[in-house]
Amino acid sequence: MTPGEIRTAVLDILEGIAQDDDLGQLDDSVAFREQLELDSMDFLDIVMELRKRYRVQIPEEDYPKLESMGSTVEYLTPLMADISA
Amino acid sequence: MYDTIIIGAGMSGLAAGIRLAYYDQKVCILERHTTIGGLNSFYRLNGRDYDVGLHAVTNFTPKGTKKGPLARLLRQLRFKWDDFSLSEQVESSIAFPGVNLKFSNEMDLLRSEIASCFPDQVDPFERLLGKIVEYDDLNQEIYEQSTREVLDEIFTEPLLVEMLLCPLMWYGNAREDDMDFGQFCIMFRSIFLEGFARPFKGVRLILKNLVRRFRSLGGELLLRKGVSQIKLDEGRAVGVVLDNGDEIEGRNILSSVGRVETDRLCLGSGASQVAKAGQLSFVETISILDRQPRDLGHEQTIVFYNDSNKFHWRRPVDEMCDVRTGVICSPNNFRYSPDDGDLADGVIRITALADYHRWGNLDEDDYRLAKIKWSDQVTAAAIKFMPDYRRFVIDSDMFTPNTIRRFTWHDNGAVYGAPEKILDGSTDWQNLYLCGTDQGYVGIVGSIMSGLTIANRYCLAP
Repeated sequence: MTPGEIRTAVLDILEGIAQDDDLGQLDDSVAFREQLELDSMDFLDIVMELRKRYRVQIPEEDYPKLESMGSTVEYLTPLMADISA
Repeated sequence: MYDTIIIGAGMSGLAAGIRLAYYDQKVCILERHTTIGGLNSFYRLNGRDYDVGLHAVTNFTPKGTKKGPLARLLRQLRFKWDDFSLSEQVESSIAFPGVNLKFSNEMDLLRSEIASCFPDQVDPFERLLGKIVEYDDLNQEIYEQSTREVLDEIFTEPLLVEMLLCPLMWYGNAREDDMDFGQFCIMFRSIFLEGFARPFKGVRLILKNLVRRFRSLGGELLLRKGVSQIKLDEGRAVGVVLDNGDEIEGRNILSSVGRVETDRLCLGSGASQVAKAGQLSFVETISILDRQPRDLGHEQTIVFYNDSNKFHWRRPVDEMCDVRTGVICSPNNFRYSPDDGDLADGVIRITALADYHRWGNLDEDDYRLAKIKWSDQVTAAAIKFMPDYRRFVIDSDMFTPNTIRRFTWHDNGAVYGAPEKILDGSTDWQNLYLCGTDQGYVGIVGSIMSGLTIANRYCLAP
């Protein structure tokens, strides 16, 4: 998957979690926690959704890298390079 | 072999089931009763639907709110805010002799009521609010502080203390006389800082959404399948035995039947365990009126009343019921959307404290007579706090501690379960965890949160 495809995939996960939010205006450089008020339960959900959908395993020490859309895509790019969109 | 077996198809069990099935676990929910919902269920009589538990959904926050338990559970369950179709309350009150404190989903109403009825308690009340906002969930030591001691230090007006305790104890206190401070904070937030709401179609709408979602994710829901034993092997739970003798194996077991009741499923019956069970049970008389309650001048959603300056929160000892305090709820008095209009029937529900043992020991005829007698007495006590509606009643029913026992399987028909909660849901056995009432959260939103929290922590953590 390209970084653009990964962004779409993460956005799809977020849309599933925060169904009442409009994510069209999401700023990739601002933390999810600030923009969407996601809490630790929600971060665990992003991790589990990635595992469920793409079999991507994210170790706990890497959770901070999922802070914003920008950092998440950057972190996932090498991990998901071989996955077809 | 299941990944997780869940005992009880109430709100917490269904929520946990959705969460686990969503993440591809093989999950089965076992329910002894013929219907789902546990304490928050419904039944049909003479062509009408009656709710059992739900007066109102607490923890209401408006659409778009991102913080708080309601927003959090919607995200966890992948529901939209609109899926629960919540309509806000009109206005509620705490009614004591000569003093009436109104409150709504806007905190400022209660604030101004306190300022006008108890002018010298305004600052103490703000101090209490500060403490409640600061309160950190899930710290067992702070949780178990005495609320009465905390409030007596803050307030100099004992009547206000009783008035604040009344609704919060009614809606979620399993302990007699006093309340755990943690539970008080949770209830205060859910009722006074967040608020009341109800789906036009009642609790069945929420239950139907939960069940439909659970099944669509491949979860199995089995009704009329009571669990008679939890099978143990070297300190760990490995499965369950059903009432019919069938055995089912599971890697994890979540039990929503209560703490004492779960211990008994593991250890067999023993008299010493029953002592720790809760004591507080209710009767509720439900009257169907030939008109809307507002047409007879009753516009409030919920009235918590008490007939003296001292609020007594105990199992009745001399009588089958204690009618000195009660809750008047009218499901009509919510702000339903114009599309829904009014509920077809006017409904008044009145709840009073009741003694499970006295109710449980009646034969069928005496039970029927007791329902009539106590329905009359409960109503007579309540109409001191609302217009007399008795001439307009066209049908009625009463649920009793026996009903609550049948729906929840809690010892003593204890509405809010055992007085001592296990906030982390742990038990003496590995792979067996508590969810629901005895984990510590109450109400519809609370019990759903309980199921989610315990499922996440023990059955899903990577």
